[in-house]
Amino acid sequence: MTKILIPSGALGLGYDAEALARGVALKPDLIAIDGGSTDSGPSYLGRGVSKYARESTKSEWAGMMRAAHEAGCPLVIGTAGTCGTDSMVDWLLDITREVLAEDNRTAKIATLKSSQDPSVIAQTQISPLSGAPSVSAETIKSCENIVALAGAEQIAAALATGADIVIAGRTTDTAIIAAVPLRNGDHTGGAWHGAKIGECGALCATNPQSGVIMIDFDADGFTITPLADGAYATPHTVSAHMLYENSDPFILYEPGGYLDVTAATYVALDDRSVRVTGSIWHQSDSYTVKLEGARIAGFQTISIVTIRDAHYVRNVQAWCDDIIAKHAAKVQDRIGDIDFTCELRVIGQDSTLGALETRQSTLIEVGVMAIITADTQKNANTIAKLLNPYLLHHPLTKGEEQPTFAFPFSPAEIDRGAAYAFTLHHTMTLDDPMQAFRLEVHT
Amino acid sequence: MSTVADIVVKVRSKNAGPFWLTIDIFCGNAEAFQQVTQSLSTDRVAAALHADVAAVKRFDIDTLNVVKFSLPRPVIQGDIADRDMHGAGWAPLVAELSLN
Repeated sequence: MTKILIPSGALGLGYDAEALARGVALKPDLIAIDGGSTDSGPSYLGRGVSKYARESTKSEWAGMMRAAHEAGCPLVIGTAGTCGTDSMVDWLLDITREVLAEDNRTAKIATLKSSQDPSVIAQTQISPLSGAPSVSAETIKSCENIVALAGAEQIAAALATGADIVIAGRTTDTAIIAAVPLRNGDHTGGAWHGAKIGECGALCATNPQSGVIMIDFDADGFTITPLADGAYATPHTVSAHMLYENSDPFILYEPGGYLDVTAATYVALDDRSVRVTGSIWHQSDSYTVKLEGARIAGFQTISIVTIRDAHYVRNVQAWCDDIIAKHAAKVQDRIGDIDFTCELRVIGQDSTLGALETRQSTLIEVGVMAIITADTQKNANTIAKLLNPYLLHHPLTKGEEQPTFAFPFSPAEIDRGAAYAFTLHHTMTLDDPMQAFRLEVHT
Repeated sequence: MSTVADIVVKVRSKNAGPFWLTIDIFCGNAEAFQQVTQSLSTDRVAAALHADVAAVKRFDIDTLNVVKFSLPRPVIQGDIADRDMHGAGWAPLVAELSLN
């Protein structure tokens, strides 16, 4: 039997403090929280930084540290600081020490690091997963950061140090939850399935923003219970969570095997809790971990102009096409051969879907977002400056009085810095689960 | 002619990691589920997304009254040409398809 308290879907999203206190009173064996996601794009992994403000992270993490201290159980975070690089493990370790100092207490902290050396990965045998881009050794070497996703084995090793707090770099979302029921000998399929259902906190229940849930694992399966007032789990909300951000709602690959929930049954125990049994874990012959990497794809400058003149709104695409051609010629004239892209996305027309857009309507105004990508920030900014006179004054016809369009900002060019690209969707095989990871204990 | 959106509760599109996109049609009841499964072919969904139909995975889940489509992301999440970091904008393309 294992009882795991999950405060929310991610550190930084907020949680219901009253519900967390309710969970602490139920004496959990572990408090587990996910710290990461790739869902906000490659920039966080590329730069090795957190999506959430340090202030939010510290405030919520301090609440969880105090809850675990009161419950007398360990606290585990996976994928610290959104991307789970070594820099983010150190960042959260620093925050943890700050909170401990403010609370005038000490704790045993274990850190698990997941960053990989790009030049080593470039020489390593890796296998592409479905949908992976083709990558050369050169591309891999050019990654700013590469992380490997740790599984339950590495989390179990970190907990086995007797740590009060485990700060893990990149892990699978489920590993931080599944590790303890697996160690305790609870149902293997139930451990992984419960972890998957619980990893987004109360997203598997009604009132998903309330965050806090408890999962009770046992020899046959697991029971999930949201703890906030007005939050209810039903067989529908729980089973439907397998759809969420999953390409396959029945199969989930993890280091060392995969989970199959095709035969799982979901039963309401009361109006709040759901019991799940029948999930099956298939152990694989080899131990593989997934890799994520991000590299710099270029540097960007953007510019935004809005157009209210009805004639220009109606003819905005022709206006943009004309500008693209004239701007390219001007770049050639002023700079010469230079590698860059310039895109004008028409907000109000098709900026979300591009060529896939099927609808048209009469608009009051449109926005035109210019996106310039070049090999350096300086070049991107220069090329954007060459574009500016067109965005400001380009006429549809030669004979008309010079038009002027609306710029919300001065200067008109906004430097975005590096634009990153996800590079790896690959796995590598390990002889020993700890081989690619580094465990350290801090007292 | 009615559209998918007219008879279902919700159509949701999300990233399933940076390289995959998944679209969930929550039909709400068995009748709507029947109608969607019968009239919405994988071919039509692939065409609306300009995707290769062979790459589209389809799940008709009667226990949830959900039809799910998953496909390699048309543009890798966050690439220079990507317009939609969270993949949310593809849902309307399916929601607005007509029911034959």
